[in-house]
Amino acid sequence: MEIPENVKKRLSLPFEENFYAGHTACQGCGAALGLRYVLKAYGKKAIFTIPACCSTIIAGPWPYSAFNAPLFHTAFETTGAVISGIEAALKAKGYKVKGEDGIMVIGWAGDGGTADIGLQALSGFLERGHDGLYIMYDNEAYMNTGIQRSSSTPYGAWTTNTPGGKKHFLERRHKKKVIDIVIAHKIPYAATASVAFPEDFMKKLKKAQKIPGPSFIQLFAPCPTGWRSPTDKSIEIARLAVQTAYFPLFEYENGKYKINMPSTKKEPKPIEEFLKLQGRFKYMSKDDIEVLQKWVLHEWEELKKKAEVFG
Amino acid sequence: MEYKPIKKVISGNYAAAYAARDARVEVVAAYPITPQTSIIEKISEFLANGEVENLQYVPVESEHSAMAACIGASAAGARAFTATSAQGLALMHEMLHWASGARLPVVMVNVNRAMAPPWSVWDDQTDSLAQRDTGWMQFYAENNQEVYDGVIMAFKVAETVNLPAMIVESAFILSHTYDIVEMIPQELVDEFLPPRKPLYTLTDFDNPIAVGALGTPADYYEFRYKIEKSMEEAREVIHKVGKEFGERFGRDYSQMIELYRTEDADFVFMGLGSLMGTVKQAVDVLRSEGYKVGAAKVRWFRPFPKEELYELAKNVEGIAVLDRNFSFGQEGILFNEAKGVLYNTDAHPLIKNYIVGLGGRDFTVSDVKKIAENMKGIIEAKKLDREVEWYHLKR
Amino acid sequence: MNTLFGEGKSKAKKIAFKSVEEYPEAPISLGATLSNFTGDWRTFMPVVDDAKCVKCYICWKFCPEPAIFIREDGYVGIDYDYCKGCGICANECPTKAITMVKEEK
Ligand SMILES: Cc1ncc(C[n+]2csc(CCOP(=O)(O)OP(=O)(O)O)c2C)c(N)n1
Ligand code: SF4
Ligand code: SF4
Ligand code: SF4
Ligand SMILES: [Mg+2]
Repeated sequence: MEIPENVKKRLSLPFEENFYAGHTACQGCGAALGLRYVLKAYGKKAIFTIPACCSTIIAGPWPYSAFNAPLFHTAFETTGAVISGIEAALKAKGYKVKGEDGIMVIGWAGDGGTADIGLQALSGFLERGHDGLYIMYDNEAYMNTGIQRSSSTPYGAWTTNTPGGKKHFLERRHKKKVIDIVIAHKIPYAATASVAFPEDFMKKLKKAQKIPGPSFIQLFAPCPTGWRSPTDKSIEIARLAVQTAYFPLFEYENGKYKINMPSTKKEPKPIEEFLKLQGRFKYMSKDDIEVLQKWVLHEWEELKKKAEVFG
Repeated sequence: MEYKPIKKVISGNYAAAYAARDARVEVVAAYPITPQTSIIEKISEFLANGEVENLQYVPVESEHSAMAACIGASAAGARAFTATSAQGLALMHEMLHWASGARLPVVMVNVNRAMAPPWSVWDDQTDSLAQRDTGWMQFYAENNQEVYDGVIMAFKVAETVNLPAMIVESAFILSHTYDIVEMIPQELVDEFLPPRKPLYTLTDFDNPIAVGALGTPADYYEFRYKIEKSMEEAREVIHKVGKEFGERFGRDYSQMIELYRTEDADFVFMGLGSLMGTVKQAVDVLRSEGYKVGAAKVRWFRPFPKEELYELAKNVEGIAVLDRNFSFGQEGILFNEAKGVLYNTDAHPLIKNYIVGLGGRDFTVSDVKKIAENMKGIIEAKKLDREVEWYHLKR
Repeated sequence: MNTLFGEGKSKAKKIAFKSVEEYPEAPISLGATLSNFTGDWRTFMPVVDDAKCVKCYICWKFCPEPAIFIREDGYVGIDYDYCKGCGICANECPTKAITMVKEEK
């Protein structure tokens, strides 16, 4: 189905839709939006692997698929291994993998499936140097099983197993920096991205296609259901995550760090702006917020230094 | 082309590696574990020497990932192979279900090894038998030749019924013991085993599919039935493929249970794998001493050879089931299966379970002779002394 | 005209089997989720005021379904068969051309 050329030219994203409506993500789901973008970026020539996570459900129950691209569902902890196997098979069969006209082999896994149970398989995939792309969509908890903490859950967040009762028991650990673990593998390309900045995400997806070897993108993907946030605020929250430097956008390419617009533009906004839109942070005391704020700024300074020294 | 075997004195593990090479596997993903390791070492050597084309070897970081990578490779259309043992196989468990559920004909060699603790690297069948409900076919090799033949046949059977298959060999007794193996020239293997025709493909980008999505209670059930139907079909396929193998290469595998001198036997020994080599020798000795005994070697444990077992059981007074394995809280696993098969038939020989050789405990011809004596008494008395006997137990 | 999925939407069908023989051998998908109309999840419905619309397509960009299409005249349309009523489009529209209206059912 076509639209006028002059309109097409004004679109900031590819017009083609390969993510079908009728999928069963909750209203305002960041993960669903992320999938829509990835499927836009590569057209059809991409093979997806999805482990147990919300996206298993989003992708459609049998006999339906929300993807206009091949998709293999796999076990929770196996994304890195399965994409390694797919890539090996394609190579054995003589297909071109990655590069301009090559097949993209993509793993799409949640934060739990990446930072926790799938970390080993991810490490194997990165370390062995397969030509593939691993995308961790980060909604900062185990949503599919009903909002339990993951190691990617931030300090002070409510989840169903950090419920914030009388004893004020909330998540007491800071968000694990999975991207730093990934970068420790010295892969050619790693980046953070956000559903609030799809043009930036798209650029990164294109880079990941061009650069041989393993690529990794950590995509910030709000979850209104698990974050206890209004469904219409998903993009606003994701934008604030970047603007407060809670989730800065950056790239690591061949040993060099680069902080991307708009993370570079201004001084970070106070973290409260990000927190106040989300019910999951409502149990935090002033001190808690202070702890989180300090951590955010510390991490931000560290990133800026890395970009300065290794830029 | 006339069949002239290539004879080589090799270990069971090398037989497995050569067979994988000759089957032209395209992806091998494996992780080292004693006593499997020399399989992947040999395959790496083939690669290093340029003896294989189009083979991708993925040195994964665990057995769980080994099976996951084989599943990915197989889903993408490749002929995938792996090998493991005991702890490694147990770690794979989740993915064994995945391979069969996604209908992928991955072939794996498992070297039977005892499960820890206590740590053991020696022969014991509990590791593979504990995987019996995963939808994998299982073939137990008696010797190195059967390891080689088994791997090649397994690919053909697996790719016909779209289910994965496991070839099982014994720790050290086969894996590291050298014996003559007749290997088949490549062109003849190619004729016997043509390239794989996958059930579905992930590379048809104009007709993309999603594999393994959520199956609601309205549909899951039918897919389980499909697996069972293919398992049933596999019996026929095994028979045909085993026969064809015999016609081409002189070793007939058409029977899921190999019978040895059972014609007029009063009772038979039944078991799996290398154990049955010892039993066959003992049968010869016992026969020369006037015992009317035979051996029934169960080659395929999954699908289970129900018909063959019934035919055998009809004609004997007793069966001594030798289990180098155990299901705690119950009994030997083969024994348990055999009893179950016969319950709803009119064949009810006296059937006794001997737990032997766990964790590599020596099991010899003289042990078989002692068991024969015990069985003889049971048959004369027309009554079991006990159902399950821990044969070697120090008392 | 809905430019999102073209014929895909009209071709999409509900699939159900009566006998085991009709099932494929492996659990592979047979159709698109487009046959699943999620519009009935909605409580509030987005309504676009063309007079305020500046054709920036920000709403189109951020719809997670997607349910926003671009009309031949360059304005945006909403496919209410799929729109779940999340309100992201209204929240992100720079000219406030989209309002969320309580839906009478
Ligand atoms: C081995 C195993 N353990 C546990 C589960 C249950 N499980 C399914 S999805 C999930 C959480 C997924 O969390 P995440 O990866 O963050 O994805 P999300 O659902 O948040 O999108 C869990 C615990 C499983 N499927 N497999
Ligand atoms: S729970 Fe969250 S991540 Fe999962 S589908 Fe709903 S909004 Fe999306
Ligand atoms: S976001 Fe608002 S102004 Fe922009 S295209 Fe949509 S309705 Fe029009
Ligand atoms: S309300 Fe949500 S689902 Fe409906 S059109 Fe707007 S963004 Fe899309
Ligand atoms: Mg999550």
